[in-house]
Amino acid sequence: MIPQPVIEAKNVWKSFKTVQAVRGVNIIIPRGQFVALLGPNGAGKTTLVEMIEGIQKPDSGEITIMGRRWKGNEDDLHRIIGISLQETRFIDKLRVTETLQLFASFFNLGRQRVDEIINIIGLEEKRRSYVVNLSGGQRQRLALGIALINNPSILLLDEPTTGLDPNARREIWDILRKLRENADTSMILTTHYMEEAEFLCDYIIIMDQGKILREGTQKQLLEEESGEKVMVYRKKTLDDLFVSLTGRKINE
Amino acid sequence: MNRLFQLWQLTMALYREILREPGVLFWGIIFPILMSLGLGVAFTKKSDVIRKVAIISPALNPPKTDSSSVLLTFLENNAEEATSEEKESYDWKLVMKDEKLGNSIFLFYKMEWQKAMMELKRGTVNIILLEINGVTEYHFDPMNPDAQLSYLKLNSMIGPGKIAASESNPNIKPLTVTGTRYIDFLVPGLISMGVMMSCMWGISYGIIEKRSKKLLRRLVATPMKKSHFLIALITVRISMNFIESAVLFLFALFAFDMVIQGDLSSLILLFLAGNIAFSGIAVFVSSHTSNTEVGNGLINVVVMPMMVLSGIFFSYHNFPDWSIPVIQKFPLTTMTDGIRSIFNEGAGFAETAIPILILTATGVVFFLTGLKIFKWH
Repeated sequence: MIPQPVIEAKNVWKSFKTVQAVRGVNIIIPRGQFVALLGPNGAGKTTLVEMIEGIQKPDSGEITIMGRRWKGNEDDLHRIIGISLQETRFIDKLRVTETLQLFASFFNLGRQRVDEIINIIGLEEKRRSYVVNLSGGQRQRLALGIALINNPSILLLDEPTTGLDPNARREIWDILRKLRENADTSMILTTHYMEEAEFLCDYIIIMDQGKILREGTQKQLLEEESGEKVMVYRKKTLDDLFVSLTGRKINE
Repeated sequence: MNRLFQLWQLTMALYREILREPGVLFWGIIFPILMSLGLGVAFTKKSDVIRKVAIISPALNPPKTDSSSVLLTFLENNAEEATSEEKESYDWKLVMKDEKLGNSIFLFYKMEWQKAMMELKRGTVNIILLEINGVTEYHFDPMNPDAQLSYLKLNSMIGPGKIAASESNPNIKPLTVTGTRYIDFLVPGLISMGVMMSCMWGISYGIIEKRSKKLLRRLVATPMKKSHFLIALITVRISMNFIESAVLFLFALFAFDMVIQGDLSSLILLFLAGNIAFSGIAVFVSSHTSNTEVGNGLINVVVMPMMVLSGIFFSYHNFPDWSIPVIQKFPLTTMTDGIRSIFNEGAGFAETAIPILILTATGVVFFLTGLKIFKWH
């Protein structure tokens, strides 16, 4: 028997005024899988993730989380999902512990879980700091901690490392790698960093202009790419694959 | 119990957000006190008023044979001619003493007609005296109330040569009893205006800013009850308003002996109703936009007309008659008039029940409408 996917999107379409952001996307995410949604700015990654998060509604198609639609199940689904949005700013003059306590209270969790999260995200020394005084990387770790506070079955992270320096990015990666080793969480992460997708995820979906161009494990994708090119002088990368699919680099 | 814990955490978070901002103490508490102190003192103690008068030269240089110049006689008998050092500042000085209305100091300047007209246009002098055949003419702008007052005072002195006003006029009864002073008029207005400003900027701008920072979106992506967020926001704001208004009133009580002549429980109800009205309006105004610039504009559209028209600093009865019924329907006017009636006229629940109902209904209607179109994302 095939296990029920944790996330399933069937022929999902979404447009904003004149822009068609997502065009007929189908995805299936099984339990425990870390999936990267890879694509340049404007590829439709955030819109797709926001529809999975229940923030946006698809124009057509269907999205189910653990076999359930958002309508009528909001409260239950919010309890099993952890979210980190692009560029969320928390209350400036709230301390790290107070911010976590606030979000913990929505899940009826107490001080113990807050302490655990502070430990996981490595902000022990900053627990009494105001959010406004945190560095970009520390704020991003706090956002990740808030996403993890309810010990979610599904983690949805929208560009969690964009704008961070390599060290800060590595710190986020380490937290997510540990999570992958120790928990049964499924994750969708949007990114336009190839190395992030390679390092963290076991399944990669490449999107551009609202469509899925290719998907598979890194190995599958690169094998496919090598098969298409006859003359290979160096090891192929996801960058090469993206260029061959779209005719341009991912950061253009 | 768990829901109450959520509400408690939300309320505490929003309290901390406000109280940790150093500007809150100044703008919320100290600034209204400074304003009441400044305006209260300025309009309570009458200072000396200097009135500058131009006298056209020929009136002061009559032919030698004619010694009946009324103006010259008046000035020689009553005013003090400037010393050679003072000549640059004025030519004659007349101090009209009045303990109750404040002293009027008339400074007279000799000049030609053209120069006098120029000085009048510049506002340096506001009245020109000219004597023709023993008759004094007063030239001034009849629309200028200050010039009118100068005319009335001068006319009472010049003429038959009799000085009508004395240092202590027993016929003048200045009203200085509690409830009739400017400070009694001002403080209720400042309290109402404080509530309006605090709700509109605290709630409206707070919501718009949180929406623009995507914090609202993040909050509703949890099992948080949406109504709890708004309840916490409004609770925090109303309690802050209560503290700010109480401090302002206590200051007025100690500094100006202000008292509440009416019913205290009605005052509390009316204060609460005003807070409900402006909280509802604030939620409505901030229900849709996530752009803080647009939010600024929307808030100003609500607060500016009321601040100018609702009679906070000066009576709205100075506006044209046709506009008064409209102005009286503004929530700020309703609240201010109600608070003034309790403070100064001894009003109780019977007199304030209707304003309380109107303000509460206004708040509820705006709140529910705002909630219907509220954009969390």
